[in-house]
Amino acid sequence: MSFITGVGLTSYGKHEGSSSLDLMSKAAELAIADAGLKRSEIDGVLCGYSTVSPHIMLATVFAEHFGIRPSYAHAVQVGGATGLAMTMLAHHLVDAGVAKHVLVVGGENRLTGQSRDASIQALAQVGHPDYEVTLGPTIPAYYGLVASRYMHEYCVTQQDLADFAVLMRKAALAHPGAQFHEPISIADVMASKPVAMPLKLLDCCPVSDGGAAFVISREPTSEAGVRVRGCAQAHTHQHVTAAPALNDLGAEIAIAKAKAASGVAISDVRYAAVYDSFTITLAMLLEDLGLAKRGEAAARVRAGYFDRDGEMPLNTHGGLLSYGHCGVGGAMAHLVETHLQMTGRAGNRQVRDASIALLHGDGGVLSSHISMFLERVR
Amino acid sequence: MSDKLADWTTGAEAIVYQSCAGCGAQQYFRRSFCAVCGAADPVEKRASGAGTVYATSLVCRAATPETRAHLPYNIVLVDTSEGFRMMAHGDNDLAIGDQVTARYRQFAGRLVPYFEKVK
Repeated sequence: MSFITGVGLTSYGKHEGSSSLDLMSKAAELAIADAGLKRSEIDGVLCGYSTVSPHIMLATVFAEHFGIRPSYAHAVQVGGATGLAMTMLAHHLVDAGVAKHVLVVGGENRLTGQSRDASIQALAQVGHPDYEVTLGPTIPAYYGLVASRYMHEYCVTQQDLADFAVLMRKAALAHPGAQFHEPISIADVMASKPVAMPLKLLDCCPVSDGGAAFVISREPTSEAGVRVRGCAQAHTHQHVTAAPALNDLGAEIAIAKAKAASGVAISDVRYAAVYDSFTITLAMLLEDLGLAKRGEAAARVRAGYFDRDGEMPLNTHGGLLSYGHCGVGGAMAHLVETHLQMTGRAGNRQVRDASIALLHGDGGVLSSHISMFLERVR
Repeated sequence: MSDKLADWTTGAEAIVYQSCAGCGAQQYFRRSFCAVCGAADPVEKRASGAGTVYATSLVCRAATPETRAHLPYNIVLVDTSEGFRMMAHGDNDLAIGDQVTARYRQFAGRLVPYFEKVK
C-alpha cells in the first residue's frame, strides 16, 4: 500500500530570478509541511529533469541543496509522463519497504530561464535526430500530425478542439495560481495565431516557470488518506514516424492494465486528471481512456460533462493549457489538484465527490503512457 | 553488414529503407539488425519515392533563424508504396490520402525529401 500524504504547488507563470532548484525546493517544502513531516523524515527522493539546468545527477544535487540525506535518490525522465512515472515508482518503493516517505519533486524556470525559442528547440529533440529533427518540426508539429490524422479518421473539427481550450481556461479562472486569468471563447481560439496546423496558439500549452511536489508514504500521516489503488504503463514507440495506428496507442494499453491492477472500472471514477499538452492530446486521451466515445469528447465538453459540477470533473485547476506547463512539474499540478479535491480542500473549485480519481500522463508524442487510480480512504 | 546506400540524411537524392531477409519486415530508421525479429544485416534498398499522405502539419512557428526563413512549411508523414512510413516536407496544400511522389529540396542548409501530388 502507499498513500499520497502531502502535496505542494507553486503558482505557474513567471518566477523571475528563481532557479529550477529554487522552484523545486519551494514545492518540496510545501509538500512536506502538508504531510505533517519534518524534512529529516524524507528517506527517498525522486526528481525529474530541467531543460534549463541539465544535470546527470539532479536528485542528489537537489538533496544537497535542500539539505537532506536520503537513503534512496535518483532522477526519472519520461517527458510529460515523468510526474506519474515517479509516483508509480514511489508507490512501489514504499510498498516494497525500500523507503518510508518518498519526496517526488519537479520544477523548472523554463519561461524566464531561457528564451521561448530555446524551449521549443529543446523539446523538438524528442524527434529522431536524423530522420525527423533535420526537417525542422516542433513539438506542436508532431502533435499537429497526429491531430490531422485523428480529425480525419473521427470527423473532429478545429472548433471541437477549441472547446477543450475554453474548458481549461474556464477552470483556470477559479485558481489564483494559474498562468492565465482572462476568459477565452471558441472564436478567440479559432482566431489565434497558427502554430502548426491544425493547432493554433490557444490549442497549445504555454511555457511556464513553476514547481510541484508530493510525498508518498507507507502509512497515512493524517485523517485524510489518499491511496494509490493501482497503476500501469505502456510504451509503444518514441518517434511519431514509428507510432502505431491511432486505435493501437499506449493510453488504451495502460488504462486496461491499470484497471486490471486496481479492480477499478471507468464507471467508478468520479474525477479525472488527464494530460493536456495540446487540445488534441486531451481529446484523444479522454477517448482512449473510455471517458468519451471515439470522436465524441468535444460533444461531452459542450454538454458540461467535464465541468466542475458535471458528471466527470476534469483538470479543475486549468490543466497544462491554462494553469501552465513548466516541464516535469506541469502534469504534477494535475495530481496536486486531484489530491486537494479528494481531501475536500479545493475551496471554490471543490467538486461534489472525488472519492475515486483517474490520472493519466503522456510523454513524447503519445509515446509513453501512465494510468493511475487514486482512492480516498476513511 | 550489407553495403550502406547513401540517402537524403547524408546529402544524396534518395530514400533508403531496410528489408529483413529473415522475416520480411521493412524498417526506415537504419539499424544493424531487424527490429522485429532481431536478425542481423537487413538489406538496404532504395525506395521508389511513391506514397500516400498519412498526416500533415503546416508549420507556421519555428524556433531557429534557418528554419524560420522557410515558413510556412508543410511537415508530412507519407506511407510509401514499399510499406514503411516516413516524415518529409511536401506541398502546402497536400491532403491526407493524396498520392504523392518524392522530389528533393534544400531546407535550412540540408537536402530534404519533398513530396508533390501525382497529377
